[in-house]
Amino acid sequence: MKVELKLERCKECGLCIHHCPKHAISKSEHLNANGYYAVQINDELCIACGICYTTCPDGVFHVLG
Amino acid sequence: MAATRERKVPVLVDKPMDFCPGCGHGIISRLIMECLEELGQLENIIFPIGVGCSSNLGAGLECDRLHCCHGRAAAVATGMKRVNPDVLVVTYQGDGDAYNIGIAETFSAAYRGEHITVITINNTNFGMTGGQMAVTTMEGQKTSTTVHGRDCGVTGFPLRFPEMVAREFPNVAYAARGTVTTPAQINRLKGYIKNALEAQINHEGYSIVEVLSPCPVNWGLSPVKAMERIEQELIPCYPIGEFKKRGEGNV
Repeated sequence: MKVELKLERCKECGLCIHHCPKHAISKSEHLNANGYYAVQINDELCIACGICYTTCPDGVFHVLG
Repeated sequence: MAATRERKVPVLVDKPMDFCPGCGHGIISRLIMECLEELGQLENIIFPIGVGCSSNLGAGLECDRLHCCHGRAAAVATGMKRVNPDVLVVTYQGDGDAYNIGIAETFSAAYRGEHITVITINNTNFGMTGGQMAVTTMEGQKTSTTVHGRDCGVTGFPLRFPEMVAREFPNVAYAARGTVTTPAQINRLKGYIKNALEAQINHEGYSIVEVLSPCPVNWGLSPVKAMERIEQELIPCYPIGEFKKRGEGNV
């Protein structure tokens, strides 16, 4: 795992999906406690560049490095 | 695989917050904390927080802060800074709070050149109360109080505060405007915030950073479309950049 996700914080805004240079992020089927379909990361495509961390307003991503 | 560095939300804002989906506040508050972390000031900070969407910051913050009366954060910050000159005082306000309701206090603090940092989040309306017109609302923009679009002949034109104080007041050490639309802009904005904080740490004078931030709910746009609106409509009216750099004309 390259990026740890705090799914309970995701608000489904889609900014990370829009900005991910490798198109590794997508919406999941997982409904969180606030009623949003949280994001998921395809680890094979992910390069841990940190763009998702930079653009996420809600602190969902923790790039492990 | 190339080595990557760890990137983690700073501990002072590492909590779920109540901002709307796609709101820029979360990015901006995280950037402030990243700058404080890099400058070694996490234990040396007070936030006078304005009223409005910026108030939500108080719920997610793990450090000293005070909810000020509406618009008066710059006045409260003045008192805090004069009593504790070595503590960083950073006001966190929206455009309606800082430029409409509290323009007297915001303006006067800049005029006196108080050694504080003012971070203003400009989303061109009063977000929390339902998207009413603010002084920063764009010409022709429809809000709940300008249903046919803002008529600047009657209500005045959008206010560009950082340019104004940078031009008029010698005690202003640093004035800039950034935005959060793309990763490049976010990283540039972080540089502006860091400069503003360093200006305060070195007692150079007043520093202000305005941030163009999306309000997807009140603009009636998706978060991604709201970012596009900033790029296409707001930036031509509110230019991005540094209007006064540190050490420039500060005699």
